[in-house]
Amino acid sequence: MSFDLFMQYLTNGISLGSLYALIAIGYTMVYGILRLINFAHGEIFMMSLYFAFYGIAIFSLPWYMTFLVAVLVTAALGMLVERAAYKPLRHSPRITIMVSAIGASFFLQNLAVVIFGGRPKAFPTVPMFTKVIRIGNISLQALTLYIPVATIILLIGLHFLIQKTKTGLGMRAVSKDHDTARLMGVNVNKTITVTFAIGSILAAFGGIMWGMKFPQIVPTMGLIPGLKCFIAAVVGGIGNISGAVLGGFILGVGEIMLIAFLPGLTGYRDAFAFVLLIVILLVKPTGLLGEKTAEKV
Amino acid sequence: MKKSLLVIMILLLSFSLVLSGCGSPAPAPEAPEESETETENGETPAAEGDVIKIGVFEPMTGANAAGGALEVEGVELANELYPTVLGRPVEFVVVDNRSDVVEAANAASRLIERENVVAVIGSWGSGFSMAGGPIFETAQVPAVAASATNPLVTQGNDYYFRVCFIDPFQGVVMANYAYNNLGARKAAIIREVSNDYAVGLASFFEDAFVELTGDPDAVVAISDYQTGDQDFSSQLLNVSNQNPDVIFAPGNFTESALVISQAKTLGIEIPFIGGDTWETPEFIEIGQENVEGVVFSTFFDADAPLTDETQVFLDAYRAKYDKEPAAVTALGYDAYILILDAIERAGTTDGPALREAIAATDGFPGAAGMITLNADGDAEKNAVIKTVQDGAFTYLDTVSPE
Repeated sequence: MSFDLFMQYLTNGISLGSLYALIAIGYTMVYGILRLINFAHGEIFMMSLYFAFYGIAIFSLPWYMTFLVAVLVTAALGMLVERAAYKPLRHSPRITIMVSAIGASFFLQNLAVVIFGGRPKAFPTVPMFTKVIRIGNISLQALTLYIPVATIILLIGLHFLIQKTKTGLGMRAVSKDHDTARLMGVNVNKTITVTFAIGSILAAFGGIMWGMKFPQIVPTMGLIPGLKCFIAAVVGGIGNISGAVLGGFILGVGEIMLIAFLPGLTGYRDAFAFVLLIVILLVKPTGLLGEKTAEKV
Repeated sequence: MKKSLLVIMILLLSFSLVLSGCGSPAPAPEAPEESETETENGETPAAEGDVIKIGVFEPMTGANAAGGALEVEGVELANELYPTVLGRPVEFVVVDNRSDVVEAANAASRLIERENVVAVIGSWGSGFSMAGGPIFETAQVPAVAASATNPLVTQGNDYYFRVCFIDPFQGVVMANYAYNNLGARKAAIIREVSNDYAVGLASFFEDAFVELTGDPDAVVAISDYQTGDQDFSSQLLNVSNQNPDVIFAPGNFTESALVISQAKTLGIEIPFIGGDTWETPEFIEIGQENVEGVVFSTFFDADAPLTDETQVFLDAYRAKYDKEPAAVTALGYDAYILILDAIERAGTTDGPALREAIAATDGFPGAAGMITLNADGDAEKNAVIKTVQDGAFTYLDTVSPE
């Protein structure tokens, strides 16, 4: 394999990985604070694409306005899902809430089929993001350069929010113990709502970037990216935001390189993600960057 | 930590079951009815006799939904023009097979057991027809596929017929096009490996291309992807690295459009050719200017009317939808009128008798050409070669079977 070709594979891997990373951040953030794996995250991601699609296709808003509106509507949807599917189960065992999350995920998917129809739609792309740039013999889309930058900005922003603001302090308190946090004067419900809103904003942001790269939307498209980003979050150490980014890149580059070096395995790229998950769970269940936390029994 | 590990493992297992069970994530078979079953009435009320129900077995949701919708348009139009047979009103019942082979078997059973249809039209996507086939055969309900081209749909199944040509022919047509018109001597294949249609067509193309070139290594690379995949960059690099003269990429229209778009992004200038599934509006909407110039084989071209029925169909279609029909729409229309003709000739809707009548179809004028069914129940028809030009499907050539 020539150096140029290798670099092209690597570029493609990083491009895919940065998308996984972006979506995995939202997953891991909700987990880190609520200890809840939000399986509806993939569907919220899918919904954000439809919101953006209708913003451009029907209301013909300029793209930046559309994205802003889509992100805000998605945040509202995230809060609604939390309110309807998780809040009534606040004091139930964690497994109950997780089953409710899976239910919410299937509900949203079928709702999208009913409302938006099952036929695939073409996502309107913006030339600024999709134009092809050639560096030497390597070609890439402009968004391949933007996404990692956006991911780093979001990482810094989230870090600031969680570590330096009062809301962030509340989030950290809630992540330790709901009841004690409430005794300390933290508005637990509000904190959880904010967490979901931020998680959904991240999903929407990842969703729109995803739509730019793969301009095709169907109601069932949330499942595989949702699972892959969940895997990325677990590989990096679920609950750890930098870990999610690392996991996303490992998954993206790994998938691409698997096909590059073992072309016979092209049909098995999804299996690669699941095998990676199993290996990580067996070898290092806390993930690569996950901290060891003693759990109360 | 142990507890959450256990939870993760349980979830992983349950999700992997969902994934291995079906290509697209459809929920359990007992899903609610309102989203997938639509009943459309013929205008005449059931005064002079019982309603004759014809099942329409198509993907209405999921990856292949656009194809299913195009065929249903044809059936709907035919039903409006010909709403009765034997003096009884005809009603068609659409059941969604969700672009999923597991769900297709459930949908087929629903047509037979709950809807009590006398015949079935469909499905777009040979794999779904193959999943439903044994169910129709056991129930002795004849089925007529509109555009399912894999030979195994009708082979060994006395109750499955089709109004289109089959893939061994289509593979030869495209291999000839690549060899003669494009001057290709080395070809590569990118196929949708989870789709029986694409795998079958790819192998017929390969056989024909190897025979034409006389070079056993004429197909330099075969790369696979799964239905629903969105990133094809490594497959494309693997294939283009072997420097083929042409890439044959049979598969679903959305994935194919993304494959071709991503090839352009990667700077790959090798021409793409494909099969009949590409002729859907979504293929051009998603692929945009990237799919300009691709060439594929299909069934029918509206600019070259074949029979008197073609004109009837075209006039009615243009009046109703105000656009040009796709080939599969004409075939859906043909499947419906063929069944009606057979019911007329059989004088009954009894399964075995109706089957005999359909099998005896000879020189029946359909919208997409004369239909004569051979011993396997396949129609032998010309193939039409089309390209994409200025954002529209454009006629290139007609090829007849030798």
